[in-house]
Amino acid sequence: MSLSSVTTEVVDPVPGAQAPHLPQQPDLVQLLTPEGERVEHPEYSVDLDDQQLRDLYRDLVLVRRWDVEATALQRQGELGIWASLLGQEAAQIGAGRALAPGDTAFPTYREHGVAWTRGVDPLHVMSLFRGVDNGGWDPVATGFNLYTVVIGAQCLHATGYAMGLQRDGAEAAVLAFFGDGATSQGEVNEAMIWAASFSAPVVFFCQNNQYAISVPLERQSRVPLYRRAAGFGFPGVRVDGNDVLAVLAVTKAALAAAREGQGPTFVEAFTYRMGAHTTSDDPTRYRLASELEEWKLRDPIARVKAYLARSGRAGSDFFAAVEAEADELAARIRRGTVEMPDPPGTAMFDQAYAEQTPPLAAQQAQFEAYQASFEEGGE
Amino acid sequence: MLRQFKLPDVGEGLTEGEILQWLVAVGDTVTVNQPLCEVETAKAAVELPSPYAGTVTALLHEAGDTVDVGTPIITIDTGEDATTPAPDGAGGTGGEVAAGLIGGEAPGGRTAVLVGYGPRTTEARRRPRRAAPASPAPAPLPGADYGSGGTPRPPLPGADAGGDPHPPLLATAPDATVKPVRHGGLEVGRQAEAHAAAEEAAPSRAAERGHRRPRPLAKPLVRKLARDLGVDLAALAGSGAGGVITRADVETAVSAEPAPAPVAPAAVPAPVATAGERRIPVRGVRKHTAAAMVASAFTAPHVTEFLTVDVTRTMKLRDRLATRPEFAGRKVSPLLFVAKALLLAVRRHPMVNSSWDEAAQEIVVHGQVNLGIAAATPRGLVVPNVKDAGRLSLAGLADALAELTETARAGRTAPADMTGGTITITNVGVFGVDTGTPILNPGESAILAFGAVREMPWVHRGGKGGGGKVRPRQVTTLALSFDHRIIDGELGSRFLADVGAVLSDPGTALAF
Repeated sequence: MSLSSVTTEVVDPVPGAQAPHLPQQPDLVQLLTPEGERVEHPEYSVDLDDQQLRDLYRDLVLVRRWDVEATALQRQGELGIWASLLGQEAAQIGAGRALAPGDTAFPTYREHGVAWTRGVDPLHVMSLFRGVDNGGWDPVATGFNLYTVVIGAQCLHATGYAMGLQRDGAEAAVLAFFGDGATSQGEVNEAMIWAASFSAPVVFFCQNNQYAISVPLERQSRVPLYRRAAGFGFPGVRVDGNDVLAVLAVTKAALAAAREGQGPTFVEAFTYRMGAHTTSDDPTRYRLASELEEWKLRDPIARVKAYLARSGRAGSDFFAAVEAEADELAARIRRGTVEMPDPPGTAMFDQAYAEQTPPLAAQQAQFEAYQASFEEGGE
Repeated sequence: MLRQFKLPDVGEGLTEGEILQWLVAVGDTVTVNQPLCEVETAKAAVELPSPYAGTVTALLHEAGDTVDVGTPIITIDTGEDATTPAPDGAGGTGGEVAAGLIGGEAPGGRTAVLVGYGPRTTEARRRPRRAAPASPAPAPLPGADYGSGGTPRPPLPGADAGGDPHPPLLATAPDATVKPVRHGGLEVGRQAEAHAAAEEAAPSRAAERGHRRPRPLAKPLVRKLARDLGVDLAALAGSGAGGVITRADVETAVSAEPAPAPVAPAAVPAPVATAGERRIPVRGVRKHTAAAMVASAFTAPHVTEFLTVDVTRTMKLRDRLATRPEFAGRKVSPLLFVAKALLLAVRRHPMVNSSWDEAAQEIVVHGQVNLGIAAATPRGLVVPNVKDAGRLSLAGLADALAELTETARAGRTAPADMTGGTITITNVGVFGVDTGTPILNPGESAILAFGAVREMPWVHRGGKGGGGKVRPRQVTTLALSFDHRIIDGELGSRFLADVGAVLSDPGTALAF
């Protein structure tokens, strides 16, 4: 690549700086337009029956309802914090449903939709955000690693795990999740270099939701993120992250290539975080309402509903049933969350090491004595 | 059963919030997750959803009150039998109170928290300790000393038999005078404070090294302050522990030297607060307003033209129209007529209702007028717009304007109402001001300022040859700012003259 061709690269347009239609992106893989129109792509395709399409819609609606309930529970003091996935449902459901049973996903702390596709009970995620435990699910049984709060660290875990699979001769792949902000982290870059060097069976799935908390993408990268893959020596593809079909198709193809020994792929799911970074954040301080309004026109769920309804694949009774199921799920999550018992204060000592070390045992004894030094029912 | 909802910690480690407004009233029926009120904290303004379904029986704080986290703010009657445990909220933040005992909440519920999240029942109150423990000193805190729980750590070589080379992390037993630190860091924070106290008491190693130190000791913030103020740290003697140069040292050095050489860029004001000076963080609406104004002022070359007109006839027309049945109950304001005049003038000069598309190098002439009205609200300036205002009848326009301003003042303008504006009116007259030079709403090419309508001496009914008489008339001044890239002086002038013509003689509208 000559220097001049590098300098002619344009940075992504500022989201929302234009008229309310998708920015002209010739490289964006899309199979379902924001208006719900099914389009074809020369390289990627999906072949789903009506039931599978309806199932994807159900997934999208249920995880959004879960997210809404969790946000409300945080506002009611029942969760310490919540990282909302609002707007990113299609990226997560599409990626999660692309995984085969033997594959493993390494999430950040926002992949509630992927957790859903791996059969993780939402309450096991809620307990983490309530501060009751560090995530209650079994990473091995679900093929879904525990949430990683450290930005980008899970990419190293994913690459290492993928190299392990390679050495075991397993026909399985690893899906590493991270955000646009994490691409600026050393760990993510190191993970990609190692994965490329060893042709590890890992797919780097970046949900570009346009903001690293408050920092817009154009401050972090001079080139579209998916083009960075070329520098590491593996393919990069940008997919409409609000198009569940396109995400599913692209991720499936990337995972299949990884399982066949063709090495890693970088998938950039171009999406938008419609809510706050977490419940501790106020996005109105760094982005304009008009931007959100424009992304609402590209809502990931509305287009699937429009497609299902217009093509006669689902009727109002189906949509009503999904809504009812979502309300039931929300009620179950609410009840289960508020009824979670607090764990004993000494639980942290039990989970640090498989076998207790003498200094930790001493600390635990001190801590118990300290706790016991207070009067009952004091606070 | 009556249930109380306590103000939760909606961020991480917040202690209080201001109730901006209540969205429900006593007697209202509420559902789970229905917004109850809007609360502004140090981090964000958020709506609090109801944890209960039922009837509101009491609002325990007024809008505008600042409430500590953990304080009950609302009482809701869930209609359940008090003896049956509620399906939701059990063990939650909502305290259960017996009927008639509002405010007499019992201790219990989930108050002990794991990592500092969640509500506190009181501010800076600590659990009582048991009576004096058997050991003379309280048990060391976890993490304070890795060795102390097991075998005692041997004294370090070179240490005096009686003196610990390390100052103790806890100089004294924690007592009530040490300010507890919120947010889970209770012990750690207290240790840190004690540590700082111990460090101050003991001579530090840095001081012993004396003149051999490579550069003056100061914290990064103090270094920056010194750099900004042009103070040479090497020339100062530090008054802090161990000779560390403090902020006060730097500030003293500046006041001793009244005219420091402008080492820092001259534009940087000295961050030394003068008496009565307040510093307000720029954020929210103010931040966006500032960004929009700067963007507009420095991208679109503005010019402003003025026109003073006699609007007596419009004011009389207004009085007549107000008595007509279709305007019964509607507010017929002077602004309504200015808006109508502007819409009529746009019809004659559509180019005024346009945008500059820098990327495409095109001028976008809009097919409809989305009429923006600049509104001063308690939270700052917002410019909601009336979509396709040109299609509305005068009564319809009156309704749209009334609704728009009411919504804006209530702070409930929907984002969609603030986007897509094509031309704006700013009514500075309501503040008794004659006129101004308005800055364009970004993306638009014209904005009309409407000044106060005053009774003024005016030469009335003068013909071409003069002969008019000075009469008291209702007079106002219009100011039109426009983007000179799109609108030439001629077009801007004609447009403004047309607006003025309709206002000075509403009959002109028939000709438009």
